Order: sequence, then structure tokens, then C-alpha cells
Amino acid sequence: MVAATGMNDAMEEKPDRIRALGLLSGGLDSTLAARLLLEQGIDVACVNFHTGFCIQSHTGAIRNPKPGAPPPRHDALHAAKNLGVKLHMVDISADYVRIVTDPKHGYGKHLNPCLDCKIFMVAKAWEMAKQLGYHFIFTGEVLGQRPMSQRRDTFPVIDREAGVKGWLLRPLTALRMPETEPEQRGWVDRNRLEGFSGRGRKPQMALAEKLGITDYPSPAGGCCFLTDENYARKLRDLWNFRNTREYTIEDILLLKAGRHLRPAPHFKLMIGRDQSENLFLSGFRQGRVMIRTKNTAGPLTLMEGDTTAPEDRLLACRIAARYSKGKDQGKVVMTIDSDGFSETLEVTPLPAHELMDHWHV
Amino acid sequence: MSDWQLDVDVRGLLCPLPIFKTDQALAGLPVGGRARILATDPGIAHDLPAWCQINGHAMVSLVNKGRLWTAIVEKGT
Ligand code: SF4
Repeated sequence: MVAATGMNDAMEEKPDRIRALGLLSGGLDSTLAARLLLEQGIDVACVNFHTGFCIQSHTGAIRNPKPGAPPPRHDALHAAKNLGVKLHMVDISADYVRIVTDPKHGYGKHLNPCLDCKIFMVAKAWEMAKQLGYHFIFTGEVLGQRPMSQRRDTFPVIDREAGVKGWLLRPLTALRMPETEPEQRGWVDRNRLEGFSGRGRKPQMALAEKLGITDYPSPAGGCCFLTDENYARKLRDLWNFRNTREYTIEDILLLKAGRHLRPAPHFKLMIGRDQSENLFLSGFRQGRVMIRTKNTAGPLTLMEGDTTAPEDRLLACRIAARYSKGKDQGKVVMTIDSDGFSETLEVTPLPAHELMDHWHV
Repeated sequence: MSDWQLDVDVRGLLCPLPIFKTDQALAGLPVGGRARILATDPGIAHDLPAWCQINGHAMVSLVNKGRLWTAIVEKGT
């Protein structure tokens, strides 16, 4: 009975038009899943969740673009455009904090709470589906493709904990799974679904070719920064030195840009690596100390934490000067802006041998 | 020439935030109303037209000067 899942009564009847809501990352798998249902005449729309950690090529655009490089793009938006379906873009970054800081099922290789993340997104999508009148939801998951969340024993956990049992269809791997409600009711033709499994990409690429899908991102990119070793290290550093696992959206954006150094437990520096990063970092100067070179070309540096001690500010300026064009000069004049006050300081750039390796986060 | 009713300043924000802000801003406009979007993320050049297309809005213009993109979007039905 559909009613048991919370669907409204009208949906218990055989609908004139079957409507499905899919989770769309914009990668090949979720695009194919949507397309397989479109091919069956199902009315498909998609949802894309913004967690704050999503890897989009735009993050690369924080740095100076390479000459002639195409503009970056949001994969899910472009996949939706190519599929010709509506895309609901939903910002879940605030609610997502507890998934990252306290995942019930723990982390994957780095700080990726994939199972909790999937449960959270599926539950959200199902809630939306019920509100907006979609009959079931679907994902592009493939059995055995990801070690943490796409396993035979984790799929039932996702379905149960997200409260979506029987109403989540995985078109790419459906033939290896028990029949779902939409299949049992004849809304979806199971014979036109796939039984892919494993980490290989060949069957998906062959299907893409058959369906004429050529414009999709390379699978190497990964879902989010939480699977990135360097990023996870910076986030752990933040948590360790603040003695709390909380974070703000500003924090996680700043972890994506610049060179991060922690010369002392109570403060850290974020140093722009090019003009574009300097501009990006300058947008976060509020509540932080901003250090720039005055007469020499150099980076914009943000100092964060307990930044009040003059000796710490001096060290921060000397480190920042080390990354400027004046690093081999005897003296470099630095400007320090904090809380609306501006001062200048003449410093000796820190020599290479005094720049400690362990400062690099 | 001032043929828009609303400015959406998303300079310094990375995609998809400029899209979220544009979406919120358009919600307050009547059909046919126009918003001017000021952005620094080069992704806007691809993303805003795609977003307009799937949501039935019209991309009236998009001009790029250095690191600034200025777009006019007209709200659809
Ligand atoms: S990689 Fe990131 S976005 Fe993808 S399931 Fe894991 S935590 Fe979620």
C-alpha cells in the first residue's frame, strides 16, 4: 500500500502520468539513470543538493584561469539542461553540518561520511517527492561501485533509515536488486532497466554511447572535498585547534583556497597563491587580520585565531613577506588591516631555513 | 540604461551560490520582471544560461569585462 509510505491517497490510484524525482550529481551514472526512465515515458525531474563541500570546477576557478580554458560549469545544471528536465537546486549546507561532525556510520577513507550523507539526501529527496507529488525517487547508484555507500549490505540501510523502503529505484543496478514498488505496480518496466555492478565504467560508457550521451564529466573528479586527503587534513586541523568539531560555511570555503600554515597552535595563516586567490581571500577579511605587501608584489594573507600578540603578527608578516617578490630583500613593508585599523610594519622576510615544514597544514 | 528592477550582487561568491541568490531574488519579481546579476565566478557564463533555460527564464544579456560578469535575466512563468 502506498499509504504506508506516507504518499497521499490520490497516489494510490494508477496515475495517468508517472512522475519520478532523481538525485542528480551531473555525473554519468545519475544522468543515465534519469535517461533510462525518460526513455520509458516517465515524467522525470531531479534534485541536486548543495552541501558546501561539492567539488565543482568553479573551485578551481578561485585560482587564475588558464588562458583559453573553457569557463567552469555546474555539472548537475548542465546534465539537467541536456536531459531537458527540471532541476531543484537545494541548499542543505546548514543541516549538513551534523552529518559531517557526527556521522552515525562513521567516515570513509578521509572525512567522508558517505553512508550518513546518502541517507540524509535520500530522506530529503523523498520528503520533497511527497510534497511535490512525485511517485517515487531514484538514484544513479551502482552496486559495488563505492566502498562505503554502494554495497549490497548498505543499500537496505539507506532505504530503511531514509524511510523510503520500496520507493527508491536504482535503474542502473535494478536487475541485481529486489523489485521496488514502481516495478511491482508496472509503472516502470523492469526489463528496460540495467544490472550493472562493480567499479568498472565500461557498461555505463557503452550505454551512454547507445543513448547518444556524449557530454559528461570525467568520473575522476569525485563527489566532494571530504574525500580529498589534503582538504580533510585541513578540516581536521581546524577542529583540533579549536577543540570542537563545528565549522561555518566560511571555514569550509576558506579551506579550498590558498596555502595554509599554522606557525603556532593559536593562529593560522592563509596565503593567496595568485591574484585570483588574493581577491577571493580578501572577501573573508572581516573578523580576521589581513596582511599585504605595500610596495612590492606579494600575496594577500589572512591571519585567523588569536591574532592579538605583536610578536605573532610580526611572525605572520615575515612569513607573508617570504612569499612576496621581496623575499630576498633586506626589508619589506607590510600593511596590516584588522577591525578597521590599518598599520604598516617593516619586516625582514623569513629565511627559508626558518620556515618549518610542519607549519604547512 | 536602467531596465531592471533588482540588482543581485554575487561578486566573490562561487557557484552554485550565485544561482541560489538569483533564484531567491527572482522569486520576489513578477513574471516579466528583470534582475541584473553582478558576478565574479566565471562559471556564471555557463551556469546562468543553463539555469534560465531549464526554469523558463530569459537570459537577456551577458557581458564580461575582466573578472566581472554582468547579466540581465527576465523572469518567466
Ligand atoms: S563523497 Fe561526499 S557527497 Fe558523495 S556520498 Fe560521500 S560524503 Fe556524500
